[in-house]
Amino acid sequence: MAGPMKMRATSQGGVTEIRVLMAHPMETGQRKDASGKLVPMHFIQNVTVKLNGKTVVEGQISQAVSRNPVFSFRVKGGAKGDKVEVSWIDNQGETNKTEATVA
Amino acid sequence: MNVVRRLLLQGAGVLAAGLLAPLSALAAWNKEAFGAKNAADALRGIGASGATPSSEVVLEAPEIAENGAVVPIEITSQVPGTRSIAVVIDKNPFPLVAKFDFAEGALPFVKVNVKMGETSDVRAIAEANGKHYQATKNIKVTIGGCGG
Repeated sequence: MAGPMKMRATSQGGVTEIRVLMAHPMETGQRKDASGKLVPMHFIQNVTVKLNGKTVVEGQISQAVSRNPVFSFRVKGGAKGDKVEVSWIDNQGETNKTEATVA
Repeated sequence: MNVVRRLLLQGAGVLAAGLLAPLSALAAWNKEAFGAKNAADALRGIGASGATPSSEVVLEAPEIAENGAVVPIEITSQVPGTRSIAVVIDKNPFPLVAKFDFAEGALPFVKVNVKMGETSDVRAIAEANGKHYQATKNIKVTIGGCGG
């Protein structure tokens, strides 16, 4: 099951660093469960990072990103109080997003 | 009752289309490249065949990854005008791991944890002005991160 997200965005020296954690199993489709059955692929495919509503990073990722993915991105500009939004969509159509204020 | 339901459904449809449109326009999931089973096909899939080795692409990763399920890698491109950074792990079952497109304002930098099935070359590929530049690093894996 896809779970909650956590995000922290901090501005320092004119650069905003965004760290985001997405709770997600990121199943590769190669792992077997306890009964020996293959666990179907289940992984995030698209990640979008927005700063004040403007898309700054668009990522496409595969099942080879680790479970509960953590990403860091950096954006030039961005001041305290700006809004950062990160959203994802997985291969099963599940989606989630989170917002944070730049500190 | 039905009218209300229909309106709600229509509204939801429009909303979904609105949310998905920018994604599909800019970065739909590149099925062909991500489905490639060798590095050459993966590179071709993202148009990065024959990327030039460059010291301006910096790939920071451990020499030895004790646990292939979580290998931290950090990529910075100092190539002016970098628009995207991709990660390819040659010996993974599906070598293309990720591709990040940077819009105005975003710095060409990304930090992510990846899975590695076995010891392999890892490539970071930066795209700038239609050209591709790559950094390669061999990472030794003692326990693979793909199976169970």
